[in-house]
Amino acid sequence: MGERKVRYLSLEEGGFSLLLLSIAIFCLVIAGKTWDPVLAFHTALIALASLAGIFFIFRRYFDGNNTPAPLEINGKPNYNMAPVKFAAWASVFWGIAGFTVGVIIASQLAFPALNFDLPWINFGRLRPLHTSAVIFAFGGNVLLGTSLYVVQRTCQARLPGAIAPWFVVLGYNLFIVVAGTGYLLGVTQGKEYAEPEWYADWLLTIVWVGYLLTFLGCIWRRKEPHIYVANWFYLAFIVTIAVLHLFNNASVPVSIYSTKSYIVWAGVQDAMVQWWYGHNAVGFFLTAGFLAIMYYFIPKRAERPVYSYRLSIVHFWALIFLYMWAGPHHLHYTSLPQWASTLGMTFSIILWMPSWGGMINGLMTLSGAWDKLRTDPVLRMMVVSVAFYGMATFEGPLMSIRAVNGLSHYTDWTIGHVHAGALGWVGYISFGALYCLVPWLYHKKSLYSLRLVNWHFWISTLGIVFYICAMWVSGIMQGLMWRAYDSLGFLEYSFIETVDAMYPFYVIRAFGGLLFLAGALIMLYNLLMTVRVGESVGSEAAGQPAMAPAE
Amino acid sequence: MDATYTALAHFAQTGGLLYFMAIFAGVIVYACWPGNGERFDDASHIPLREDD
Repeated sequence: MGERKVRYLSLEEGGFSLLLLSIAIFCLVIAGKTWDPVLAFHTALIALASLAGIFFIFRRYFDGNNTPAPLEINGKPNYNMAPVKFAAWASVFWGIAGFTVGVIIASQLAFPALNFDLPWINFGRLRPLHTSAVIFAFGGNVLLGTSLYVVQRTCQARLPGAIAPWFVVLGYNLFIVVAGTGYLLGVTQGKEYAEPEWYADWLLTIVWVGYLLTFLGCIWRRKEPHIYVANWFYLAFIVTIAVLHLFNNASVPVSIYSTKSYIVWAGVQDAMVQWWYGHNAVGFFLTAGFLAIMYYFIPKRAERPVYSYRLSIVHFWALIFLYMWAGPHHLHYTSLPQWASTLGMTFSIILWMPSWGGMINGLMTLSGAWDKLRTDPVLRMMVVSVAFYGMATFEGPLMSIRAVNGLSHYTDWTIGHVHAGALGWVGYISFGALYCLVPWLYHKKSLYSLRLVNWHFWISTLGIVFYICAMWVSGIMQGLMWRAYDSLGFLEYSFIETVDAMYPFYVIRAFGGLLFLAGALIMLYNLLMTVRVGESVGSEAAGQPAMAPAE
Repeated sequence: MDATYTALAHFAQTGGLLYFMAIFAGVIVYACWPGNGERFDDASHIPLREDD
């Protein structure tokens, strides 16, 4: 119809240009005046990225490409899937990077010579790089991608804005780069899962507000009156992570020109806030977000509705009520008052019920269709992931009990427990989602090869079994050796003897990690080939090009 | 200071408990209410009835 080009700057374009410009100016001032080379590097990087953002907004504007995309084409929602594609590939990339670093640090523990006496790649710096790369970079991009996909599909509505979704996805990955390079250069707050320093935290805060508004905006314009349960889980994840992030990073920089900051909480309060954050990072980032994936992708792949929608509602509210209180179980036998750690332990044990309720809901979705597990390795991966979820959420409350914690805490048992959840639950549900998502996003009939998915599944599963069994044995042995006394009441073993005893298990663990990495590389190949040579859906139909006009 | 702490702690341990229990009871009633069955059944089919 009217071919008039839109020649005015929309409120969104103008607003984001101003925001990016103020970020760029702020960062350039810091980059120019700071005495800290790492801060100069990071602020220059953020300034450069902001200026690039402004460049792209205006190039789009001058090219006349800034006509708002239609919300519907031929009565069907015109979804915005380009940012989802970016997040999907980013998650594959960061996943492989994070697993590789994991294999390196596992090998460093077995063979300390692999530290090469270089500060940048020693265990202390690579370890937070590994945890952040797998949790926030890999897991975070899976959550960003799937949430923006699921909210559009289940609301039958296009994401609001043209710039906002890209700001969220690209801004988040910029945060990852700033945080990750910071660890390598020795910049850290030294708090588990909250290592990025104040300026990276500010960046994440701005991006996260954009994420929340984009997500809510899509729900706001929904055609489907009911908000599907997966969106509830995503929303809980987004909101809670915002609150946790703000409280645990309430830090004051010693100077605006310094990377160093100090938290406002003192002593044990700081420890409590940190583990309130830390445990809810597990509960809301690694659980609620991925449960949302479970509630969408398993029914979709199995072509059956979720086992009980009623149970999913109770599951949701029970889980978010209870998780909030479980953090203090990380602080048994510390200066935290005992009543507080008992409270955390009690809530952790009550958490058994919603966790297993959710697991049953996911598994029983297949009731009457169990045969699909034999023929569809993608579905098998997701179902095994839910089984690992059940296992890890059984083990977790057990380890939160004070007496058990006395044996398990500070040992490799904890590492084994975390990886049962991370590799088994989070990893497998993410792989399953990616195996579903990539063919859908590129309008392919199916994956390039289900045989390769099978190989991925079995190689990785073997890797996980090696990993967690080695860590169980090593951890319990370590805990028992620490508390062994001889007949005269002296400690039976010196510390170095426990380290020596763990050597074979460290080698097995590194091998298990290597297998898991090999599986992820198979997935990368399979996904790339799906896009390159996979057969398109309805290649004869003319309706296709209209599906993804956004860029 | 001490009195404020005690008062707040007392409220959290009684009022807070009742408040959370009441909300949770509300959730259970909402989820199990027989009249909602059809709505929930319909909602559970949302992912399956999207058009491509």
